[in-house]
Amino acid sequence: MKSKKPGYDRYAKYGYIFSIPFVVAFLLFSLYPTVYTAVIGFTDLKGLGMTSIHFLTDDIFRNFKTVLSSPSFQQAFSNTVVLWVSNFIPQILLALLLAAWFTDKRSKVKGQGGFKILLYMPNIITAATIAILFSGFFGYPMGPVNDLLVRFGFAEKPVELLRNKTVARGVVIFIQTWMWYGSTMITLISGILGLSPEIFESAEVDGANRVQTFFYITLPNIKTIMLFTLVTSLIGGLNMFDIPKLFQNGGPDNATLTTSLFIYNQAFSGSYMYNRAAAASMMMFLIIAVLSGMMFFVMRDRDEVEQRKQIKQQQKEYKMRQKSGKGDASC
Amino acid sequence: MLKNKENRIMKIVIYVVCISLSILSILPFWIMIVNATRSTTEIQQHAISLIPSGYMMSNLKILLGKSFNPAVGFLNSLLISTGATALALYFSSLTAYAQVAYNWKWRNAFFSFIMVVMMIPAQVTMIGFYQMVYQIHMTNNLSMLILPAIASPTMVFFMRQYLLPTLSMEIVQSARIDGAGEFMIFNRIVLPIMKPAIATQAIFSFVASWNNLFTPLVLLTDQKRYTMPIMVSLLKGDIYKTEYGSVYLGLTLTVMPLIIVYLLLSKYIIAGVALGGVKG
Repeated sequence: MKSKKPGYDRYAKYGYIFSIPFVVAFLLFSLYPTVYTAVIGFTDLKGLGMTSIHFLTDDIFRNFKTVLSSPSFQQAFSNTVVLWVSNFIPQILLALLLAAWFTDKRSKVKGQGGFKILLYMPNIITAATIAILFSGFFGYPMGPVNDLLVRFGFAEKPVELLRNKTVARGVVIFIQTWMWYGSTMITLISGILGLSPEIFESAEVDGANRVQTFFYITLPNIKTIMLFTLVTSLIGGLNMFDIPKLFQNGGPDNATLTTSLFIYNQAFSGSYMYNRAAAASMMMFLIIAVLSGMMFFVMRDRDEVEQRKQIKQQQKEYKMRQKSGKGDASC
Repeated sequence: MLKNKENRIMKIVIYVVCISLSILSILPFWIMIVNATRSTTEIQQHAISLIPSGYMMSNLKILLGKSFNPAVGFLNSLLISTGATALALYFSSLTAYAQVAYNWKWRNAFFSFIMVVMMIPAQVTMIGFYQMVYQIHMTNNLSMLILPAIASPTMVFFMRQYLLPTLSMEIVQSARIDGAGEFMIFNRIVLPIMKPAIATQAIFSFVASWNNLFTPLVLLTDQKRYTMPIMVSLLKGDIYKTEYGSVYLGLTLTVMPLIIVYLLLSKYIIAGVALGGVKG
């Protein structure tokens, strides 16, 4: 038996050939724009239709400094974090509760399929449509919510609800939670169903009740999936755009302005400050890159890493044996 | 006995919560659909009603009399979503096949790379993308919304995860002995094997592309090229300020195709979401 190096496979070249379209498209439509965005962040590119760019000569980091010290960026960043945190917590709690109910053998919830379909439905509808729909619901003077408030005597006359920052933020948080808990729930359910039934059986034999089973058996075993949900939701949350944009366009008084909306407004509505928008984009890019790096580290296929290690070990042993074999022969 | 009673109360709580949440999922759309059939005066008197009225046609007339054009939006979105989905499916499968079937030097490095860039959203690189497209005068060209789909790292990842346990190299080997070329083997033998994964990914890719607002909003300035989400955003503008019924009808028109498709394919969609979680 000859130990073949993997690179010498007769068909190996097709691995490269079949990856070419992906690589070319990636270089053109992802990598180049990324690098270009980074470069623009260090230049004076602004104004409609401008394409000639010059690097900043006085202070190469000026755009980054301007953005970081801009009150509306600070506001946007803190809004984004607040909106994400306050939608993620109810979302994951609700999803966990429902997942626990739906997977509990003792409760045997009937009609699960139907519930799943309905609870997931908002996720598939265009976010742009939902944002406008809800902004209609909270309309002044005559929107459905005002109608209810007046009809049931909570208010004497219609209220300009969306002038209130807390209400506007609350509605955005509600929409986000409402759109995403179904998806999170299904992810968690499939994670729980993927666990071996034996651990649940033995918990039942040991007399653990439902709550104990959930906290001591289920939760610790779906940690990875929870982390996956957390990171994907965080990355999505950091890019929240459609709903704040079409709900109140970041208002009232920047209460629902997110970083994505800030970037969009800097570059494409009125001011055409491409350089500042690019600097802000790059900062978000770095945050997301760090997050997904962490994700990659946790989620990489453990079995495969293990397998690869074993193969290497075997190869080493094989070589060692060959060497020692040769050594023996020469003796 | 006590345990039984406790169980029953628990069950009631579960059903009450689940049914309330289901109503919460439907109610906003129900109010929307009902209001689409009511006149602006009716809505001004009582903005909430569960019973449809008869003004849908007059709402439609007002709606179509202005810049909102659902047919154009529908066709553009259909073109972009179909094109992008087809490209993403084919080339992701091809890239995944290259990962699974061949032993090449950079294979593992390339896969690690795909996993790293998988999470990075298109949004943060939009300024550079826009500038690039602007410089080649393609801002209103729909192909700029379709071609980037050739490189879809997330889909490559899922396709690879599917193909890894499914593909038997013996079939590939015997096809080689029969004299089939590598490219033909992929098209004739591997693609059919991947059908289930392709179907699931097709739904998600299509919906994501259909619902995308950010990229089209940045690139498209020509009304004739507008996609559905941009058409929807016109309803927020001043021209429909007091035409409540028409706005609701416009929203309904954009939502209905999605709801119908969703209800038809919901089984596969739910299964697909579950699949995504297990091996994220």
